[in-house]
Amino acid sequence: MEELSAAGEPAIATHALTKRYRGGQLAVDRLDLVVPRGSVFGFLGPNGSGKTTTIRMLMGLIEPTSGTARVLGEEMPRAGRRVLPRVGALIEGPALYGFLTGRDNLVRFDAADPTADPRTRKARVDAALDRVGLVAAAGKKARAYSLGMKQRLGLAAALLQPRELLVLDEPTNGLDPQGMREIRTLVRGLASEGTTVFLSSHLLDEIEQVCTHVAVMAQGRLLTQGTVAELASSARGRLAVTTPDTAEAVRVLKEHGVNDLTVDDDRVTGELPVVARELADLNAALVRAGVRVRSFGTERASLEDAFVALTGEGFDVAG
Amino acid sequence: MSQAEAGAGSGAGAMARAVPAATARRTPSPLWALSLFRSEVATVFRRWRTFALLGVLAAVPVLVGVAVKMETQDGGAAGHGGGGPAFISQVTNNGLFLVFTSLAATLPFFLPMAIGVIAGDSVAGEASSGTLRYLLVAPAGRTRLLLAKFAATLTFCCAATLTVAALALAVGAVLFPLGDVTLISGVTVSFGEGLLRALAVAGAVALSLVGIAALGLFVSTLTGSGIAAMATTVGLLITAQILDQFPQLHAIQPYLFPHYWLSFADLLRAPVYWDQVLDNLGLQALYAAVFGSAAWARFTTKDITA
Ligand SMILES: Nc1ncnc2c1ncn2[C@@H]1O[C@H](COP(=O)(O)OP(=O)(O)OP(=O)(O)O)[C@@H](O)[C@H]1O
Ligand SMILES: [Mg+2]
Repeated sequence: MEELSAAGEPAIATHALTKRYRGGQLAVDRLDLVVPRGSVFGFLGPNGSGKTTTIRMLMGLIEPTSGTARVLGEEMPRAGRRVLPRVGALIEGPALYGFLTGRDNLVRFDAADPTADPRTRKARVDAALDRVGLVAAAGKKARAYSLGMKQRLGLAAALLQPRELLVLDEPTNGLDPQGMREIRTLVRGLASEGTTVFLSSHLLDEIEQVCTHVAVMAQGRLLTQGTVAELASSARGRLAVTTPDTAEAVRVLKEHGVNDLTVDDDRVTGELPVVARELADLNAALVRAGVRVRSFGTERASLEDAFVALTGEGFDVAG
Repeated sequence: MSQAEAGAGSGAGAMARAVPAATARRTPSPLWALSLFRSEVATVFRRWRTFALLGVLAAVPVLVGVAVKMETQDGGAAGHGGGGPAFISQVTNNGLFLVFTSLAATLPFFLPMAIGVIAGDSVAGEASSGTLRYLLVAPAGRTRLLLAKFAATLTFCCAATLTVAALALAVGAVLFPLGDVTLISGVTVSFGEGLLRALAVAGAVALSLVGIAALGLFVSTLTGSGIAAMATTVGLLITAQILDQFPQLHAIQPYLFPHYWLSFADLLRAPVYWDQVLDNLGLQALYAAVFGSAAWARFTTKDITA
């Protein structure tokens, strides 16, 4: 029965989770995060915003200063022995034994899991290597691996068992475009099997492509969380007009209350008016003023717009 | 029980189905936990560095054996009046004594230094390479990982001691005659009993290293740098050896881990003098208990951020 009630709980739920490092740095500040089961959850934030610190607390590597973290329905770090075998993790990039081959690295990490059956070890290691496309390089010493190969091997270690939750801290760091695409496909495949994926990333379009949910951190605080669609729609889209008569177009649009106008070659963009009905009137006004309109339309707000709107200019590191 | 669970599972609908079947049904055997210890030992012995250390240790009996052989070929018995390691004057009469000479020569520094390197690096080395966090999320379990590391270090203690003893025996057999053994107390025993005593001496030497192994493990949990932990442990060894030389410090000397090390020679008496041998074992056990607990207290509460 205990297992059942746990299955109904979110994959990750934190309550007022706080971490102050020994140096006094407040890295995570009263974080309330809820990661639904079955979601692909993007964890966004500028450098130093506390993403890795949060993940370390979730994995029981560091003790929270205050607050609680529940993973797969049980409290961390206390229930680590029961929870962690069901979780695969890649934290702050891969770390490998350079003097061991890729395959032996996986054997070593698998041997550290007391719930891993030694009889199936070889088969599981081979399957994990296959899954990340490293079979051909499995016999090479890990110190001779490229960054992308190390990253793949780290992922393979997270996939040694069927997992209920995957925690991936910047999983595509160092990968080539082909590798990035493979990871995205892998994440989608795992998600369709029912694995919850929690991934932090700096690549907004990547989050937009694979994630169903997203949370945004800045300076240790949670700014927002919700579905990707909700967040993107919270940032308003923009009006875009293509015309050779840009100066005239800007004048007319300004008259009609369009703000934040910018001109880029023959493209004029501006903040979309709040009422949609005005769109057709705007176009008519442009034409009446003799502006030769080549195209007229709206651009959907991207996650990046939403992110910049939330964090200010976004990617500056806060002290 | 399992039927009830299966029924309840299907009732939970999509959520239960979302859990990959294999994870929910894993019933681990307690024996699987031994994999970590085996993996620790394998990892220690697959490092080039481990073989370099064993190589240095192996060189000692060879060098001592060859030096004694060359000196005696020039005429005259070796080591007479000139001092040198214990038992060296007996080596020409009986190759078995090369085992005792080599252990006496390596125990004050080479052997414990090798242990200090392995023990000091055990946790700190993994912390600095970052592999520690992946072992912990595997999850190795902090207590279990520490026990496996300590056990692997003790395995290395045995391997290092055996390397010296076995090589000394081989070199002694090749370069010198073997035969009945004249003990320190003047009694002569058969070569077979001599061999048994050599084995006991090797065991006493290996156990003498438990203290520095525990000390090194503790130091290793204090820092995130493998090099720093190794250097500190070897530094502590040298300090303890120096302090053990000053007669003025006799009050603290019985608590220095190297203090009774050379007591293994008492196993070569008839009857055996047990006092110091047992004092040594007790002291090593005390170090293991004190620094083992300290390492445990430190490691199980430590933030792993590397
Ligand atoms: N071991 C540590 N000791 C002290 N302060 C730390 C430590 N690790 C991180 N910090 C601080 O905590 C804050 C959050 O760091 P964290 O690594 O969690 O950020 P992040 O969001 O993962 O950044 P990035 O995107 O660069 O990986 C930063 O201000 C950082 O300086
Ligand atoms: Mg980070």
